[in-house]
Order: sequence, then structure tokens, then C-alpha cells
Amino acid sequence: MTEPLAHRALLYLDDVRVSFDGFKALKGLSLTIEPGEMRAIIGPNGAGKTTMMDVVTGKTRPDSGEVLFDGGGVDLTRLDEAAIAGLGIGRKFQKPTVFESHTVEDNLYLALKADRGPFASLFHRLGADEAARIDEILATVKLADRRDDLAANLSHGQKQWLEIGMLLAQEPKLLLVDEPVAGMTDAETMETAALLRRIHDSGKSVVVVEHDMAFVRELGVKVTVLHEGGVLSEGSIDHVASDPRVIEVYLGR
Amino acid sequence: MIGHFLFRGLDRGVVVALTVILAIGVLVPAANLLLPPGHPLHVPTYLVTLFGKYATYATLALALDLVWGYCGILSLGHGAFFALGGYAMGMYLMRQIGSRGVYGNPLLPDFMVFLNWKELPWYWLGFDRFGFAALMVVLVPGLLAFVFGWFAFRSRVTGVYLSIITQALTYALLLAFFRNDMGFGGNNGLTDFKDIVGFPVQAAGTRAALFFLSCLLVAASLLLAAGIVKSKFGKVLIAIRDAESRTRFIGYRVATYKTVVFTVSGVLAGLAGALYVPQVGIINPSEFAPANSIEAVIWVAVGGRGTLTGAIVGAVAVNWGKTWFTGALPEFWLFALGGLFVVVTLFLPKGIVGTIAEIRAKRTAAAAAAPKPAPAE
Amino acid sequence: MPIIRRLARALGLILVLFYALPAAAQDISGALAKLAADSYADTAAAVVDLAGSGHPRAAVIVAALQDGRLEFDRASKAVVLRTASGVVDAATGAAIAPVPGSLSPVRVNNRVRTALAAAMGALTLMSPDPAKRREAADAVFKSRDQAALPTLEAAIAKEADGRIRAALQAARAAVILTRPDASDDARVDAAGSIRERGDQDAVALLRSLPSDTPKRVRDAAETAAKAVETDLALWSSAQNALYGVSLGSVLLLAAIGLAITFGVMGIINMAHGEMVMLGAYTTFVVQELIRTRMPGLFDWSLAIALPLAFLVSGGVGVLIERTIIRFLYGRPLETLLATWGLSLILQQAVRTVFGANNREVGAPSFMSGSIEFGPLAITWGRLWIVVFALAVFLGLILVLKKTPAGLQMRAVTQNRAMASAMGIRTPFVDALTFGLGCGIAGIAGVALSQIDNVSPNLGQSYIIDSFMVVVFGGVGNLWGTLVGALTLGVVNKFLEPFAGAVLGKILVLVFIILFIQKRPRGLFALKGRAVDA
Repeated sequence: MTEPLAHRALLYLDDVRVSFDGFKALKGLSLTIEPGEMRAIIGPNGAGKTTMMDVVTGKTRPDSGEVLFDGGGVDLTRLDEAAIAGLGIGRKFQKPTVFESHTVEDNLYLALKADRGPFASLFHRLGADEAARIDEILATVKLADRRDDLAANLSHGQKQWLEIGMLLAQEPKLLLVDEPVAGMTDAETMETAALLRRIHDSGKSVVVVEHDMAFVRELGVKVTVLHEGGVLSEGSIDHVASDPRVIEVYLGR
Repeated sequence: MIGHFLFRGLDRGVVVALTVILAIGVLVPAANLLLPPGHPLHVPTYLVTLFGKYATYATLALALDLVWGYCGILSLGHGAFFALGGYAMGMYLMRQIGSRGVYGNPLLPDFMVFLNWKELPWYWLGFDRFGFAALMVVLVPGLLAFVFGWFAFRSRVTGVYLSIITQALTYALLLAFFRNDMGFGGNNGLTDFKDIVGFPVQAAGTRAALFFLSCLLVAASLLLAAGIVKSKFGKVLIAIRDAESRTRFIGYRVATYKTVVFTVSGVLAGLAGALYVPQVGIINPSEFAPANSIEAVIWVAVGGRGTLTGAIVGAVAVNWGKTWFTGALPEFWLFALGGLFVVVTLFLPKGIVGTIAEIRAKRTAAAAAAPKPAPAE
Repeated sequence: MPIIRRLARALGLILVLFYALPAAAQDISGALAKLAADSYADTAAAVVDLAGSGHPRAAVIVAALQDGRLEFDRASKAVVLRTASGVVDAATGAAIAPVPGSLSPVRVNNRVRTALAAAMGALTLMSPDPAKRREAADAVFKSRDQAALPTLEAAIAKEADGRIRAALQAARAAVILTRPDASDDARVDAAGSIRERGDQDAVALLRSLPSDTPKRVRDAAETAAKAVETDLALWSSAQNALYGVSLGSVLLLAAIGLAITFGVMGIINMAHGEMVMLGAYTTFVVQELIRTRMPGLFDWSLAIALPLAFLVSGGVGVLIERTIIRFLYGRPLETLLATWGLSLILQQAVRTVFGANNREVGAPSFMSGSIEFGPLAITWGRLWIVVFALAVFLGLILVLKKTPAGLQMRAVTQNRAMASAMGIRTPFVDALTFGLGCGIAGIAGVALSQIDNVSPNLGQSYIIDSFMVVVFGGVGNLWGTLVGALTLGVVNKFLEPFAGAVLGKILVLVFIILFIQKRPRGLFALKGRAVDA
């Protein structure tokens, strides 16, 4: 029954369980992301959103359950973070983390899809195609005029965008974006939503974890509500928003 | 490819530093050998040896800066690699003594005869040949750094935990080398060297050559380190220092990078130790003392971590101070050194070179900002 | 202690003198007459008579003969002993005032010497000095002299001291076991008795039976030997465990303050060892003052030093926190370097004030001497340190768990911002917590001054061990520190017999380095998302 689903899906989680010293962070989470899909994931604190991302990106090993990528061909639970990133899963953290002592350009340069081996990077030379790609991304995330500034000197919102730019530079198949608009102004939030939609339109799958309901509505995609380590409800934003269980645990407080 | 790699490291500061180091490496021996002792510019042999010692310390500081300043790995055990390189060289020098030792045993070093050993332990074999010894100078510290790094970094031991276990590593080696039955001369270590590749170690000419080689090693290490730092590899190191897990999530194997740079650093430290030993004429277990390794850290901190020339400046400056203090005010040296640790961490976190660079950067930024309004876009 | 032994001997001598008179009833006049006969055969016979007489002076007379100090008066045939102070009557020990002019020594030949040797063995078994009797019993156990059997029986019948009695019985069993003409039953019983002795000598004896010994006896001996070996292994484990706990308590003392500053606050205090050293020097100063001013209080010196050491080290700790560490919160590597610098300064300061040499710190009377458990001996000093370490540990737990100050400390370390918002003065609590950790290091210094050299380098020898204990036990967990310290102490002592002290220590260090790879946050660390977020 599940087999065809796994084959069709880009990301396939089935009955994933994780516990930390007795605290059950994920209790049998199952989730499927189709190729080219954009999905919003919401849920109250402690629902397991970040743990889910940790599991997918290899930071946390699940106690049990299946985590498959790319039509079921790859078992993500056997790989480390670097290998998973190499497969084409990019992750943006909740708190913007960029390389503060590097320039904006170098941040993107490091993220560009290339051989990640130590010896390759020892003798690597920045090629013309790479420079062009960096220009392109700088334009996309509107940081072209900050190119030579240290990332440390960017504003909070600019760091968030730089991080999204770094995700793009990786050319991933799947982007996991954790609270991209936290701490942004309304205008920045709307721009970010537009940016993510554009990324989605270019054929990438995107999973957005967010608290901001206005932002999720703006995205206008299928929504999954997590609660206590499992899926509570799934569907369009209107469907989810009218689900009495969701209202009880999350919205209706 | 290699040429490009090394060439890329040559920014203005590095070129200046290389020139100065090589000039000193040539001029000091020349002033020692060519000028007569009465001449005002004559450099006495003991100073040549002292400066040679500083040069090896500068290389050790560079090695440490590469891992600490650029990759955030604060090793409190780099003295171990330095000492291991030194022991490998010391073993060669011991074997060169031959039958000229006190006991006149052609094969066994004096301390083994004294301990009633009948034959040379297997790990002393081959050290009578310089080539083999030179290989071991690189291999032993390099291998230890590689194995230790491999285990520690793969298990993601970071920050102070890593510092503490590197300290434990050198402490364990200190205890081990104190043991007579380890076969490295125990407490007394290896000393009474006679000659090196056929030249007497005490001779002024040999001293001058060793000094030149030490300067050459500093220069080569600087060139290598600059090449590494300027490469994409170096940028990854800084990325690891600033945001380790971010680096991991964009696909770099952090443990591999750390292991590689730690191994390179261990080898550089070992080479420095190998040149240190023939110049000071002794290697004993106290070189493994954790205090020595931490002292090397303060050289880097004083000069400016994350600046390669800073490491060299710091090593020379602090050791020059040490020489001066232990001669003039021996009781106050530890106060001065201790004070240096406190003052630098509190008030000068970027060190001498780092602070100068910062001031200069601010000045150019101010200069660039001033005329900006005139030619608008 | 030699004084006590000498006193006991003198006492024994007085007792002998007291009992000498009534005991004179045992007649040795015949033996004395034979000694005065000036014939080797008579002298030998006299020695045998004396050995069997049970007379209290018999041993003295035989010993004098052996040393050539026994003389007789050719005229009166009186037998006398020449001593350092003059001449005494052999039978009574009474001084003979004018020394007779016609004294000549009682001569000995080889036959007499043989008789003398046997007599001495037998007589010392009956000696009034318990140490001599024990020695004699052990000598027979080793020599298995068949001739000693009757004397052994007599001595066993008379012996009142339980331990010496056991030694005598073991000696008798040894004689019987090795005697081919004894009955098998008696020899099997003997093997059982030797098992009671329970040491390496017993094993050697039980294993030394010749191959023509009846199988039953040999089997019994083997069983007994095996049993002894099991006992010995148990005792040796017990000894290792005991010494290990002792070492562990020292580690615990050294590390417990660090468990607060590093474990709870996350501050790498490389000057921690110097806090211990300051505590030790405080003890030294207190003792010096007491010695010169109020010698009667010496036994209280440690008790007086404890609060002072806490205040000195704690005060220095607060000073360090306020002037240096508070500027470095969140930068652990910088804290490490700055506090290392401080440790150098403190060492040199103490060296300048007190000199570089070791300082003598005395032990109060209740800490001297040792206590025995079976074959094990442990000094009272070590035992008190175990008790003290546990007391400090429990005290600290109570302070942290039950007092308002402890509650605030935990609140600040768990969530600084929240604690601050709740009205806790976090800088004050930081200083207090750090001061507490340092003060406890000072207290540890008082205890460690009892077992280690008090020198400026005292702290250096503990700093790495302390960090190992805290890291191994698990950061932020005091119970982990306790378990870590005791485990490392015991493991160290169990390794020592195989590897030697230094190699044992190296192995422990390597073990910890490997252990940290497996569990980077120690034995009892919290696991979870928050830890490295």
C-alpha cells in the first residue's frame, strides 16, 4: 500500500519516532512531500517541527521509522548531514546563521554547488560560471550592493535572505525553511513569501515551517499541522483553520 | 595548480613578512660568520642559536594559529607534536654519537647502557639514517594528529572539551616519556649530541645553517598557511569556526576538514620541534608539559589569532620578553606571563597585528567614506 | 611507635622479674650443676633440661650461653651471667656484689651449639614477649622442624593471645602436614589448619608436598591452597577497592569545586588548582600561628583552618569573578586563557611570599596511626579524607537543593534571562556561585595538605585530574562527579598492580580521551535538542 507512495514522493516519512531521555519528540510522524510541492508546516511549540527537520537533515537519528528521499531510493537515516546536503536537501535555520566573518559574496561562494572534498576546495578556483551564478543569486535576494560587506554587518532580514540565497546556491531539490519571517517587518514578510513562491515556481520542493498565519495564508499552499509529535490535520489553509481539533490546540486559544 | 595555490596566498603583508624573514635568515648568519667578533654588527653565536629557537617557536605558533585562529580548534596539546618531532630528531642525533658516548657503546646510547639494556629497541632502528629520521619527524606527529583528530572530530568533540582532551593527551605523553622503560632516556631525555649529517652541532657554521633552515621553515610554513587560508578550503575553515553546524548543513564534512588542517598543523609543529632540538642541544619530557602548550597559545593570542604574521610576531615578542625577564627579573616572569594572559584576553582580543589591521581598516573606511558624496552614482 | 614497643618490652621485663621468685620453684639446680661441671656432654644435657624446665630464667641462661656470657665459679660452682653492668646470679638474676675472682666461661662446642639452637627455638615459643613468640611460631612454620612439635603443643596449651595461638597452630599443622609418619587424617586436618593462616606462605607450603604423599592428603592440601588463593584474591580486590575509594575521595575533593564552576556555571577555571593550593597554605599559616601562640590547640588546627580556607579561596574567587571572568561570559576559551594566566600569577605570588620549598603541615593526633581490616591497613588520615570528601559533597548538594541561595544559583545557570526577569540579581549570584566553587576548592586544600606536599605547585598536579573527573562524570551533574571520581580512583588502583602507577594513570587518561569520543558530555549528561542548540 505504502510502497507506491514512497516511490512517488520526493520526501517520505513513515512512523518516525524520536525520544530524548524519555521525552517523546516525535510519536509516529508520517509525512509525504511530492516532487515540486510547496508545503507549510505549522504547530505549537514542542509539536516536533524542528525535530522533524533534524531527522530529515541527519542531525538526529530517529529511534524507529522510515525516512526516504527521491522516490524511496535513499534512506536518509543512514547518512550524515554533509551527505544529505549533497543529495540536494537544503536547510535554513530558525535563527539566521550565516558566516559572519565572510563577505556576502564568500557566503554564497561557499554554498555554491561544487565538490565539497577538502582537496577539491584547496585547489578550487572561482570560475566565470560560478561568478555569474553568484551575481544571479545576489540579484534574487536583493543583496547585490552588499556584496563585499561582511555578513556580520547585515540587518536581521538581510541575513535571512542571505541564508535563503545560500540555499539557492546549493541548488537543492528540496528546501527546508524554518521560520523564515521571524523578526521581519510586514513588508519584508510579504517579499519573503514572494521570494519563496518564485523559488517554488522554478521547480523546487519547499517545506516551510512557520508560526505566522498571515504568511502561511500568503503562501497559499497545502498545510500540515503538527501536534505532540504527530500530524493533527492536513489540507488547505481554510480546511485546516476550520478543523475543530486544530482550533482547540492551536488557533483557538 | 600548486603554483597557483601558493601564489594566491601572497598578499602584501605576507610578501613583506616573507622578505623580512628570509633577510634575517641570511643576514644574521652572515653577521655571525663573516664579521670579526669585535665588529659592532657582529652577532655572537649564542644569539644566533637564541634567534633560531625563536624561529622554531614562530613555526609552532603558526601551526597553532592555523587550527585555532582559523578553525576555532583551541589545542592545548600542540607542544606534544613539537616534542615528538624533537624526539625523532633527538633519536637521530643520539645514534650519530656512536661510540663517542661515556660508555663507548657503538650501538646503544649511554642511557640504555646505564639501564643495562642489551640491544636497541625496535623503534630505535633506522634512526641512524637522516632520511629515515626526517621521515619520522613528519610521520609521527602527523600520524598522532591525524588519529587523534579523526576520533575527536568525528565524534564532534568541540570547544573546551577538545581543549581539555588535547591537554590530557600531552599530559599522558609527558608521563609516558618520563618512564625509563619507554626507552627515550626517561627524565633526562636525549642530549650530549655530537654531530648532525656529519657537521658538529656546536660549531658556529652548523648553528648558522640551522638558523637559516629555521627561518626557511618559518617562511615555508607562512607561505603554505597563507595559501591554505586564502583558498576555498581556508574559507571553509573560517566558516566552521563561525558556524560549525551551518557548514555541515551546506554539505561540508566538518570532521574531514578539521582532521586535515589539524594534521597539517601537527606536521608543522613536528618540523619546528625537529629544528629546535639540535639548536638547544637537548630534548626531554618537560617539552610535553601542558604549561608549554598553553604558553604557545598565548604567543598566538598576543600576536593576533587569525592573522598569520601575528602568530610569528607574538612568538618572537613573548619569547624575547621571556629571555629578558629570566635574565633581569626572574621572579617576575610568571607575573608578567600571567598578566599577559589576562590583559590580552580582556583588552586585546585581536592581538597586536589584528588590532593594527583593524585600526588601519577603520582609517581606510573613513577615508573611503569621506569623499563619497561628491561622485554620486 | 618504637617508644611504645620499648615501653612494652620494659614492662614485660618487670613482670618477668616479679614472677621470677615464685617460679623459682621449678627446679633448675640440677641443670646449673651440670653447667658448672665443665664437660661438653653435661653442658648439652643441661641445655636440654633448661629448655624443658619452663623456668622463667631458662631463656636468659641459654641466650647467655649462646653469646658466651655464661660463666661459673670454679670454687663455689655457682653459675653467673655477665651483663653490661656487672655479674648476676644465673638462677635469680640478683646482682653479685664483689665479683668472684675465679670465674671462667662455660665452654661450647658444635654439639652444644646444636642443642642451643633447638633450645632457643623452643624457649622463644614460650617467651614472655608476644612478638618473640609469634616470630618463633612463624620460624617453625617455615622450618617445619619436627623436634619442635612437643614444645609447640605445650606452647599452644599455654598461649592466651588468640593471634599467636593461631600462628602456633599453623606451625604445628605445618609440622604435621609435612611429616610422612603422621596419619592421613591428621595431615588432612593439618591442611585445613594451614588454610586458616591464609597467606602466600601457606599456599607455598600446601603446594610443596612431595609426590609420594598420599593422594588424599595432597588433594586436601590442593583444596586448601585454592581456598587460600581465593581469599587472597578477595583481599587484594578489597584492598584495591579501599585504596581506590581513598584515591577517589581525593579526586572528588579536588574536583568538587570545579563541578560548580565548570559543571554548573560552564566557566573553565584553570586557576582552580591554585584555589586548592591557597587552602593548603591557609592550613599551614593557621598551624604556624597555633604552634607559636597556642600549642594546645594543635588538634583543632584543621577545624580552624577549614572556614578560613573557605573564606580565603572563596574571597579570591569572588574577586576573580568580579574583575575578570564576568567580562568573558560566553567566551569559554578566553576564560580558559585568562584563568590560566591567573594561576601563574597566584603560583608566583605564593612562591614569593612563602618560598618555593615544600611547607610542613602536621597531622592532628586523631589523624595519625592506622586502622586494620583483616590483612589490610589504612591510615586514619586517608579514612578521614574519605569521610570528609563525602561530607563536603553532601553538604554541597544540600546547599544547592535546599537553600534559597542554591535555588537562585540553579535558576541563574538554567535560564539567566528568566532569572533576571524574576528579580534575581544575576551578577551577585554569579559571583556567589563562583566564590562557592572556589571556597570548596580551598576546603579541599585543607584536607589535601595532609597527604600532599604543600608547595606552590600543589594545584598544578590536580587540575588535569579534576577536569577529567568532571568531564567524565558529566557536566552539570554533581552525582556524576561523585561517581566519576570514585570510578576513576578505583580503576586507577586496579590497574596499578598490572601496569604500575604511571602507566596506570596514562591508561586512565587514554581511556577518558576515548570515552569522551563516545559520550562527549560525560557519563550522566543530559541528552537532547537543547544541549547543543
